[in-house]
Amino acid sequence: MNSIQLPPFLDRKKSDACVHCGLCLQVCPTFLETGNENDSPRGRIHLMRGLDEVKFPLTESIADHIDRCLGCRACEAVCPSGVEYGGMLEATRHAITQHRKMRLPQQLLQKVIVERMLTWPNGLRLAVIPARGMRRLGLTKLLPQRLRKMVELIPQKPTRFPQAPSSRQEKTEAKVAAGIMSGCVASVFFPGTNQATVAVAESSGYSVDVDSGSRCCGAIHAHSGNLPEARKRAQAMIEFFENTEIDIVVVNAAGCGSTMKEYPQLFNNNSEWKQRADQFSSKVRDVTEIVEYLPISLKKKRPDHPRTTYHDACHLCHAQHITEQPRALMQEILGNNFIELPESDVCCGSAGSYNITQPELAQRLGARKAKNIISTGAKVVVTSNIGCIMQIRASLQSAGAQDIAIIHIADWTMQAKK
Amino acid sequence: MKPVPTHVLRQLEGVVGKTNVIAQPDELIVYECDAYTLERNAPQAVVLPGSTEEVAEAVRICAHNGLPIIPRGAGTSLSGTVLAVDGGVVVATTRMNRVLSIDPRNRRALVEPGCVNIWVTRAAQQHRLHYAPDPSSQMACTIGGNIATNSGGPHTLKYGVTTNHILGFQMVLPDGQIIWLGTEPDGGEDIFGPDLRGAAIGSEGMFGVVTQALLRLTPIPQEYRTMLAIFETVDDASRAVSQIIASGIVPAALEMMDGIIIQAVEERYHFGFPLDAGAILIIELDGLTAGLGRQTEQTISFCLENNARQVRQAQTEKERNELWKCRKRAFGAVGKLSPNFMTHDGVVPRSKLPEMMRFISDVSARHGLQIPNVFHAGDGNVHPLILYNERDPAQIRRAIAAGHEILRKCIQLGGSVTGEHGIGVEKIDFMAEQFTPDDLDAMHALRNVFDPEERCNPHKMFPGSMRCADFVQRKQIPA
Repeated sequence: MNSIQLPPFLDRKKSDACVHCGLCLQVCPTFLETGNENDSPRGRIHLMRGLDEVKFPLTESIADHIDRCLGCRACEAVCPSGVEYGGMLEATRHAITQHRKMRLPQQLLQKVIVERMLTWPNGLRLAVIPARGMRRLGLTKLLPQRLRKMVELIPQKPTRFPQAPSSRQEKTEAKVAAGIMSGCVASVFFPGTNQATVAVAESSGYSVDVDSGSRCCGAIHAHSGNLPEARKRAQAMIEFFENTEIDIVVVNAAGCGSTMKEYPQLFNNNSEWKQRADQFSSKVRDVTEIVEYLPISLKKKRPDHPRTTYHDACHLCHAQHITEQPRALMQEILGNNFIELPESDVCCGSAGSYNITQPELAQRLGARKAKNIISTGAKVVVTSNIGCIMQIRASLQSAGAQDIAIIHIADWTMQAKK
Repeated sequence: MKPVPTHVLRQLEGVVGKTNVIAQPDELIVYECDAYTLERNAPQAVVLPGSTEEVAEAVRICAHNGLPIIPRGAGTSLSGTVLAVDGGVVVATTRMNRVLSIDPRNRRALVEPGCVNIWVTRAAQQHRLHYAPDPSSQMACTIGGNIATNSGGPHTLKYGVTTNHILGFQMVLPDGQIIWLGTEPDGGEDIFGPDLRGAAIGSEGMFGVVTQALLRLTPIPQEYRTMLAIFETVDDASRAVSQIIASGIVPAALEMMDGIIIQAVEERYHFGFPLDAGAILIIELDGLTAGLGRQTEQTISFCLENNARQVRQAQTEKERNELWKCRKRAFGAVGKLSPNFMTHDGVVPRSKLPEMMRFISDVSARHGLQIPNVFHAGDGNVHPLILYNERDPAQIRRAIAAGHEILRKCIQLGGSVTGEHGIGVEKIDFMAEQFTPDDLDAMHALRNVFDPEERCNPHKMFPGSMRCADFVQRKQIPA
């Protein structure tokens, strides 16, 4: 890339909040791995602000360091002055994609595989068939490394395809009405998790009436800086649920949930939509936010359950600040068999499509996560995001620990019942 | 600034690996300053070594080529201690960040220099031990940096600053020699001869690069009593501080926050601080449970005697942690008030605190700048945070002038221009005001024993040092 001067793109009222104190450095997974301040939140903000104030032009390596950010927002959670790093990152990525000529393979990867394929369930289903076939025949070695890594992330075919509830069932009793956001990737790879999520909601006393089907919420677009597309998807999602009579929308993917809770930020310049987004966002709940209402029968002590640990999905703990509810549930059920995971809130490298776009760092973070998990002696890892599940499963496999199970908290909760 | 010659870069890459040498101008930008952002200059290169041997080899290459070296940890210094004034090669210890071993029987930890302060306590906790010095940046700052600036922290009032907790350390001298100062990892605690370990602590990276440190661990107290005393005025709070200390009670920590900072912190953390208070004190007593009750009662009555509106006690460990989180992140929280701040850490005798605080509020009014205060009241270590906007050159000039007046007042009242942040580049001009030429010559002579070429972290601390502006005119700050 030749160096490019970007026009200003940051909301300075917000970006000025960074006073360069550096307290964010040591929670940043990429900085912990490389030790390079260009890969730290403070460093990236320094670069973003410099670009925004036209102090220096955009170069390939600056763009690389912005690309390498996981968007896990661990820095936001510890920032003393409340810098909205996630928003700055999305704005910067948006500005960069406007002006940068990506190399063709990169462009194909981002536009076709990440933004189209992952968010188009039927296409994804078709694409997975030859991939699974190759894996079964042991032919994946023939693929280029990046593709091979992607194929390795695909979970084994579930033995059954349980049906999620069909859209718009009759509203039954006078219960609080919930809608389910079943997500695009989950509906292909983890249909069982969607069903378990419905079961958790119903056991917690909600009547589940509406399923968003395989609509994409736009998180993957927002995170990579494709804000116009994210807006389009957000509007479709908001409109869909506006036409229903639900009180809450239950989500089982942390990245989707955080984006949906932050929809209003996408419409800062559009007051009508901002208001509609505000209304919608106030109804969004991660599935871990309703588990406290589970009946006692589901929270009974299970002393026979193996030693189990919990991995915090970034967009659940850092973006939605949910850390206590899942732990409380697990502690109640497992007692002493619940064990804390060292660095539980350091990103596993999945980060939406990161493990596809940045395979090298993703692999290092995955190995770090696997090492920490193995150190606990746990036989089961519970988490709340399917991206993490795919990444951690692959990482545990590479570390030779395929006997450690990794499971979504909704599945785990309903399994604990048996 | 001339780039480092290619063949030298190749040599450095040969030692630490290609990805661990940063030399492209666009990748050096982020290393142009630390948390002190008024002066900036990018180094010529940054190396990220992974071991003592790699540090030594890289330093030797720099020595051979006459390149300055600047040791850097997490870059949280508030006084420009790791600014590359005249370029040079930054030796960053961020990849050497492990806790190597914990020895609970001897209450010691062996760590690498890039190990984060709080990680030591995290690793020692299971043995009911902790690393006592707790700078407010402890979640990010490194042990190597703590040694360089002899860092303090809220709890050093009772437990002592960094030097009281460093048994010994390994250092690479500016010529590449590896030495060990003080107690060795397997050695006894008392050693003979002059205390070179003590001399090097607080030398602001001018003696060499610390590559390993042996730390003293301290038992976690049986109990804490943490109080929040709310006052109408800073004066009243200051008087309560003096009375508590004069009574013979040694609190583990005794911190003050004034009205402006309370508002910033409250807006960020929603702890429940009263927004109309003039000042609050955070007072922590710790030790054996027996006896703590009486001290707590005494402390509360001292506060009330000095017109405290209310004294609350933290009821749970969680509440205590929340309170400390608010205090320790207060500096950053001023980002809510202003895009830039400059902080000084002058020290005055405790009895002079009320006078000093009145002076700061006077300076604030005269220069038309907000100056909130959050500081270690127990040891008279003030931290006025001078707020300014770097896009307004007139404000920068006023902020610098205000800071200088405050530091001069500290000296005048019998104190010092820095308690813990270090001189760096920021306070060089005050060295000659605080010390006699003979004092300075002695310090200089000591530095030259370790670094005769004055190539290690040059242009820091000593008057007459060059400034960034002397080398690169266009980077001169508009002051």
